[in-house]
Amino acid sequence: MKPRVIFVGLLCLAVAGALGWAVLERTLPAENLPERVAEAMPQSGVDHPITAVLLNFRGYDTLLEIAVLLLAVVVALALREAQPDRPEAMGLENPLLRAVMAWLLPLILITTGFLLWAGAYQPGGAFQAGSVLAAGGLLLRLAGVTTAWLDNPAVLRTGLAMGLLTFLAVGLLVMLPGVPFLTYPVEHAGTLILLIELTLTLSIGLTLISLFRLTPPYADDPEEARDGPASRNGDTTS
Amino acid sequence: MSGALVFAWSGVVLFSLGLFGFIVHRHLLRRLLAFNIMGSGAFLVLVGLAQDGRGVDPVPHAMVITGIVVAVASTALALVVFRRWYRASGRTDLPEDT
Repeated sequence: MKPRVIFVGLLCLAVAGALGWAVLERTLPAENLPERVAEAMPQSGVDHPITAVLLNFRGYDTLLEIAVLLLAVVVALALREAQPDRPEAMGLENPLLRAVMAWLLPLILITTGFLLWAGAYQPGGAFQAGSVLAAGGLLLRLAGVTTAWLDNPAVLRTGLAMGLLTFLAVGLLVMLPGVPFLTYPVEHAGTLILLIELTLTLSIGLTLISLFRLTPPYADDPEEARDGPASRNGDTTS
Repeated sequence: MSGALVFAWSGVVLFSLGLFGFIVHRHLLRRLLAFNIMGSGAFLVLVGLAQDGRGVDPVPHAMVITGIVVAVASTALALVVFRRWYRASGRTDLPEDT
């Protein structure tokens, strides 16, 4: 074994020891957050503390997180090479997959709706629902179903930005009566949170699908890149 | 109480394993995987320590679910960047590493 590997191993063992000791010797936080969240729950508009924290008490975090997601997909889109999206090259040659998809897709959509709705009173919410939706989209793509409608820039950009824009619009509109940014009125909080979560689900699902679409499984050799895409696709297109 | 510490310690072990892999390996994909393992360890520490005898604290849980989504997006972005780097240079590592 190389001395470098041994040195790094010892270093990481020391880090693990220090962190483990810190976990054991930690002090309790001065602020009793669970109690404060429980006190504020009646004003949140939902019945599940995690959803209340995510979309009401610390809505700022979630808003910026959606902005980060949008930024990631925008950068990925900008780095995309001008390569055609060829679903037939992407699909797995498996008739069974398509048959199973016909059964699975309705279940996936129902699960998405359920998770979104359940977020108000039990674990669930926009992120889980969006991930399930994206999984359904990836399955469709693996089965070779075309997703060419995503190539329409207007549709794609609207879908990607919808979650963030709705979140921002709601956060700004509630300022009209003179309250701070993202402070929902108590009587409408539940409806507003559901509206935000619905658009977030669609945007998160679309973001994850787009990120997956941006790395199509073509040969990646630098030689082929130098020769240009013509020779790469020559066998099928000409 | 001790059950929560088991989760936190597992997170510490995962974090250190990821750190080891991140330093030792040069291949960008291996580094990305190691970095994700580090991140999972950090999430596990946060979730494990959120149970401190005063009931489950929902604030770290909300933070972790935010973090998971950001981690997925940044991993995908890193893969896109790595592929561009490989196509442009034919290398799977960074020049300053060798």
